[in-house]
Amino acid sequence: MLQNYLFVLILSTVALIIPVAAIVLGHFLGPRRPDPIKTATYESGVETIGDTWVQFRAQYYLIGLIFLIFDVEVIFLFPIALAFERLSLLSTLAVVTFVLILLLGLLVEWRKGALEWE
Amino acid sequence: MWGNNWNWSEALTQFQMRLGAPEGAARLVAYGLGAVVLVTIALTLVLFLIWVTRKVVSRIQDRLGPNRLGPYGLFQSVADALKLLTKEDITPRNADVISYNLAPVFDVFGVFLTLTVVAWAPGLIGADLNIGVPFLVALGAIGIMSALMAGWSSSNKYALLSGFRVVAQLLSYEIPMVLSMFLPVLLIGSMKLGTISASQSLYLFGFNLGLGWTVFIMPAAALIYFISALAEAEQTPFDLLEAESELIAGFHIEYSGMKFAMFFLAQFMNSFFLGAIAVMLFFGGYQGPFVDQLPILGAFYLLIKAMLVYLVTQWIKGTFPRLRVDQMMQFAWKVLVPLVLALVLWQMIVMKIFSSSWMQDVSILIGNLVVGGVVLNVISNYLRRQKVVTKRAFEPKSLIGVMEPVVSSGD
Repeated sequence: MLQNYLFVLILSTVALIIPVAAIVLGHFLGPRRPDPIKTATYESGVETIGDTWVQFRAQYYLIGLIFLIFDVEVIFLFPIALAFERLSLLSTLAVVTFVLILLLGLLVEWRKGALEWE
Repeated sequence: MWGNNWNWSEALTQFQMRLGAPEGAARLVAYGLGAVVLVTIALTLVLFLIWVTRKVVSRIQDRLGPNRLGPYGLFQSVADALKLLTKEDITPRNADVISYNLAPVFDVFGVFLTLTVVAWAPGLIGADLNIGVPFLVALGAIGIMSALMAGWSSSNKYALLSGFRVVAQLLSYEIPMVLSMFLPVLLIGSMKLGTISASQSLYLFGFNLGLGWTVFIMPAAALIYFISALAEAEQTPFDLLEAESELIAGFHIEYSGMKFAMFFLAQFMNSFFLGAIAVMLFFGGYQGPFVDQLPILGAFYLLIKAMLVYLVTQWIKGTFPRLRVDQMMQFAWKVLVPLVLALVLWQMIVMKIFSSSWMQDVSILIGNLVVGGVVLNVISNYLRRQKVVTKRAFEPKSLIGVMEPVVSSGD
């Protein structure tokens, strides 16, 4: 079983080497003549005004949080799928309740307006 | 040779050991060879995919597309890659250099690792991890992270806006995608993509037709997966991340040369391999007629099916209008997520109530047909409304009626 992960390790080494090699090769093959206009921020030819890292809407943060909750709960579902054949009636009920709570949570978020996007 | 438990890495290791190599070294060489072959196949595939995309979209738009270099312009993407190699590598002055340079590397890295669990044929799978499906989900997160890194570190407002949209879009569609991937896993009871592909066989009088695809039982799950995969691959109805008319090029606006090429590479590979995952989970993977007799056929079946899925995405790319941000978010959270959760619930209950697999399949199919109907209804309602809007905006009064005959000056 662990041998499988050896393959993952080797493939990830190859997968890291290829983009790094390509970028380094491109760096040396291409010309290098930076000037202040060229390295300026590209904003359709208009001078940049103010700082780039502006405040962003709290909505994005909210979506990130909702995603986190859902993703963690979904990951809990996967082991259940493997053992589903052997689950007793009681544990099946528990699993169904778990999914129902997920649905309920979604409904609450919906009612609270967390899913609205103006 | 192609026994029941035949496996490419074992066969290669055994072969080297027969030649006299120690086991550890033999295994390392076998794995290294496998990794290089997989990556080479993927890179060649991308060159071909770029050509396919340009050709298909051109034909949809009544253009010729690339047709100069080589037969039917096949070598155009090779020439483009060479050109990108010799382009200047510009780093914007204010950029956060470390994450600016790491973002394209991570993007490609995440997609290359998908190759680990692609089941090409029986026994011909990089490594049949026992956590195959969650592994794929985890790799998807690397792509999201690198897009956010690129958007944040470029020090560009367009790129930053696109980075925000990455959070909104990719995170939202991750949920229905993972949940729809969960449905075949629940039915088959394994997270190994090799096992999932193998179990989609259909024996008729001892002959494997290879048509026991899960899509026949759960069409709605396949539909929801396909829609979310479109969003994850940033394909057209959901290409808000790089909406050309709003954000110029999205999060990779400040990238040039090879770094830009890396994002490009990752995006094409991502859209193809998301299709390949759809094929493995829902469309039988390598299954097809005669695959038991000649297992290598499986690789062709997989590639052909994945290419067909890819062609459908390009067809959609050529014909669908782009969604607005709010429409996109609402479609994910208010339509796809509740529906796919309902599907999960229904399938769990049904699999416990009925003991015969026949009854299970039929009731899962019924649930899926209902959900699929709802999804299609929402989409067609949206498109009908969209059609009315565009007609009002663009329909000319009458093209021919307005044109008046040229009055000669009569000299």
